[in-house]
Amino acid sequence: MEIKKTPLYKLHQNNNAKFVEFAGYQMPIQYAEGIVEEHKFTRTHSGIFDVSHMGQLFIYGDNNLTEDLEKIFPLDLKNLKINHSKYSFLMNDDAGIYDDLIVTKLEKGFLIILNAACKENDFKILSKLLNDKYEMLLDEKRSLIAIQGPKSVKILNNIIYGVANLNFMSGNWFSFHDQKVYITRSGYTGEDGFEVSILNELSEKFTKELIDKGAKLIGLGARDTLRLEAGLCLYGHELDKDKTPVEANLKWAISKDRVSKGNFIGFNKISKQLNDGVSKIRVGIKPEGRIIAREKTKIFNQSDSHIGEITSGTFGPSVNGPVAMGYVENEFSKKDTKIFLEVRGKKYPANICGLPFYKKNYVKGVNK
Amino acid sequence: MSEVKYSKEHEWIKIDGDVATVGITKHATELLGDIVFAELPEKGSNVEKDGTAGVVESTKAASDVYTPISGEVVDINQTIVDDPSKINQDPESSAWFFKLKVKDKSEMDTLMNKEDYDKFAKESSS
Repeated sequence: MEIKKTPLYKLHQNNNAKFVEFAGYQMPIQYAEGIVEEHKFTRTHSGIFDVSHMGQLFIYGDNNLTEDLEKIFPLDLKNLKINHSKYSFLMNDDAGIYDDLIVTKLEKGFLIILNAACKENDFKILSKLLNDKYEMLLDEKRSLIAIQGPKSVKILNNIIYGVANLNFMSGNWFSFHDQKVYITRSGYTGEDGFEVSILNELSEKFTKELIDKGAKLIGLGARDTLRLEAGLCLYGHELDKDKTPVEANLKWAISKDRVSKGNFIGFNKISKQLNDGVSKIRVGIKPEGRIIAREKTKIFNQSDSHIGEITSGTFGPSVNGPVAMGYVENEFSKKDTKIFLEVRGKKYPANICGLPFYKKNYVKGVNK
Repeated sequence: MSEVKYSKEHEWIKIDGDVATVGITKHATELLGDIVFAELPEKGSNVEKDGTAGVVESTKAASDVYTPISGEVVDINQTIVDDPSKINQDPESSAWFFKLKVKDKSEMDTLMNKEDYDKFAKESSS
């Protein structure tokens, strides 16, 4: 299969990107300044992320569509306002996660942002679940550009006036060079920011304007350290078919009202886990020294029993130390529980800690 | 007599009398990216030519550091353990990794000179 390129590929090249294959796409892992500088720039200024490899699924339909989607996602979609977004999951009957996603209600349907590696499979699953009753478009004609960090609002509002009025997890249609762009105030870094869905022909022009106004291109490397510091899950690592949203410590994303009424895929398992508890759960982990515990690192308790595994671990540039997430047996999941991480044959002390590692800076109430 | 030699694993080594200083090359740091963790051999331990003698980690991944020749570790550079970013800043001088009491100077003959290493580095990264 040929490796795909996003419409910004040339621009990445011209900015000295190092590329890596990710989910079938040639993506920039970093640029000349490197992951640590890119990470810090995003936290203090404004970083641009090409996330055009992600799926932008438009599903068109009326109230019947809303009802049918409620049988799939544990969300209160009937009461979701137009242009508002929710984080959710596509699950199997055992509540195992096929994908984590963002659902936004539009006037004539929904926009669902899917992970690149999952989008084709998600499309098949959703088509089948919806019995091909609705028009579904996995839109390859649009790029997705994220702009993240404290200076992003000013920079983007200069180019597309009005985005400053959006609240976190809401969006709207705007216009750029007479073409419609859909912008949500959201992101994956723990910073204030936006995700911009824009026609492929305009994505380079738009990105260059962001750069002219002081934003910088940031690679997938820093995207990973940023999301990990913010305690956000990465599909294929913290989440997969063998883990449920309750085990992933994401029950906040499941509508309470929907759990009381049921009637969605995975409900039985979720309801049982909410009542009886889970045997393993996702936690934050802070190593005591500088040791970095990567994915698949084994976790032990104080009596040297194997109690879990790391799912993501790196050095957090803003925390200025190692950070990790993983799954441990529930009884060892309490904050400040002392654990040991086996790295290169040696066991190093660490502690269970709260998430995020780095305080989120979302903007919630500008437009009430 | 202080010619710098290079290994295929991207270490540099410089001999001064009986003592050799070892570090990783600028080329290696460019391949690794931002170094955020360094582990060095224990002082007093013996290391064997081409054996593991430490670890460096970037934000992306961990890589072993090998010793280009055999010997006893007589000194380690604690400053790079405390601040691994120094390795990116000055890899071929102040950010050396460890010093060895050389066991067999003839092992140096198996290593590359600067010209050969530069060529090797260029070829292996293209």
